[in-house]
Amino acid sequence: MRRKSPQRSARPGIWSIRGPMSRRQYWGFALVGLLLPLLGWWLLSHMGTDDSVFMPSPLDVFRRLIQWYQEDDLLADMWISIYRVTAGFLLSALIALPLGLLIGTFRPVQAMLEPLTDFIRYMPAVAFIPLVMLWIGIDESSKIAIIWIGTFFQMVLMMAEDVRRVPLAQIEAAQTMGATRSEIIQRVIFQSAKPALLDTLRVTMGWAWTYLVVAELVAANSGLGYSILKAQRFLQTDKIFVGIILIGLIGLVMDQLFRFAHRKAFPWLYLRK
Amino acid sequence: MTTKIEIKQVGKVFGEGKQAVEALKDINLTIADNEFVTFVGASGCGKSTLLRIIGGLEYHTAGEVLASGEPVYGPGADRAMVFQHYSLYPWLKVMENIKFSRQLKHGREELTSSEVEKASGRADALLALMGLQAAANAYPNQLSGGMQQRVAIARALMGRPEILLMDEPFGALDAQTREVMHDLILHVHKLEKATIVFVTHDVEEAIYLGQRVVLMAPRPGRIDTIYDVPLPAQRDQDMKHSPEFLALKKEILARIRDTSGMRTDQSMLEQLNMEQA
Repeated sequence: MRRKSPQRSARPGIWSIRGPMSRRQYWGFALVGLLLPLLGWWLLSHMGTDDSVFMPSPLDVFRRLIQWYQEDDLLADMWISIYRVTAGFLLSALIALPLGLLIGTFRPVQAMLEPLTDFIRYMPAVAFIPLVMLWIGIDESSKIAIIWIGTFFQMVLMMAEDVRRVPLAQIEAAQTMGATRSEIIQRVIFQSAKPALLDTLRVTMGWAWTYLVVAELVAANSGLGYSILKAQRFLQTDKIFVGIILIGLIGLVMDQLFRFAHRKAFPWLYLRK
Repeated sequence: MTTKIEIKQVGKVFGEGKQAVEALKDINLTIADNEFVTFVGASGCGKSTLLRIIGGLEYHTAGEVLASGEPVYGPGADRAMVFQHYSLYPWLKVMENIKFSRQLKHGREELTSSEVEKASGRADALLALMGLQAAANAYPNQLSGGMQQRVAIARALMGRPEILLMDEPFGALDAQTREVMHDLILHVHKLEKATIVFVTHDVEEAIYLGQRVVLMAPRPGRIDTIYDVPLPAQRDQDMKHSPEFLALKKEILARIRDTSGMRTDQSMLEQLNMEQA
């Protein structure tokens, strides 16, 4: 007599197209994705020559991290970099937000500012360094200015797009309930665009970090970007690794903070029916 | 019977110069106070455009529109609009959506405490009328499409508009939900004494709801025929099977086919059949 085979699950496998995945499986794969490059790096650094200038091992980099922390005041470098990025970013956001709202709401403002912004954003931020030094000087504000130049113009355009994506029916419904123009901007357009605007802030925060090294090209004597540049001069490859990885980690933490804020501020987006 | 809406020689041209398209031409129509009028017609006949012109959301390029005797220059709280979808505020709970107009300057003008009380009484009454009590504290995206449209209707009624404009409000709902909504909106019409102008592509819906059905034709958008619906004021679902209902439905459908230019498709099919035979 043939025995029945155990009931096969109707749940499609994880490799089916856009298939389902449990949280445990997700984190399992995420861990593999993170550890594999680490393993590859370790293998690569131990193959062939033991030349730690060409390719420092993870252990070399870790040792350098500890040394930087104990002897060269790593925390001070981190804080000054976080300060510069955050200041440049906040300055961008503060100006981009009202401008984005106006561009996305009023056609004349759009016509006046959007082509101009589109033009400027293709100019390389690095190329502004001599001008920034000439106009602003070489103190903190010049580094903040570079980060501002790198993020502001992109941010304005993205925010204007966020505002334009507010469904017309939401605006028109308010109009037929007697809302004035300023009421519509405050109570409908801004409220409706808020989640997208916060997402734009999150994405542009990441870009702000990519301009850090450029910003600290300007007569800096501290900071993660500056340390990377200095390490390059002395061929301290391990220190370059530390700097790059730290910038990546700080960016990751900030990204997660933004995601957390998004979930807290806009609970209706995370509800199930 | 007093006149509520007067449309005189209204025309609408979209675009300029060579790209100009005549969407509406020589529209004349008078709608009485507390009337329920429905608009049907082939796509491109301009029925939605005309509704939006009455609402002041679109401007006419010829003629004149009067609402309660006043010329229409833009939207106003006297002409509330219910849209097909995406008009609710997803960041506000159901009750907050319904009370939205109370937060506007317009709604705050008469702010005595008894009137505030009356207003929240009205919000509660609308919530009950629409069968939404259980959903008062839900967010719109937690509701089904039919429930969302109930919220949209309650919100539009909150400010006691004299005219309620409805732009295919049930177009995205399934057939069963739509039937329920039909009886609900007829009930609302009886209670609220508002003049309702209702645009739809569903002929059955137009006949069941309307006291008059206005059939529009495209290229250029114009009024083709106005039908008086030969049904008692108090409608019920069984009337959809009455001979009068079915005859009118057949007549309107035929007329839409005649005016839509869809005849070519029919002859194409016949030709195709002949080729295959």
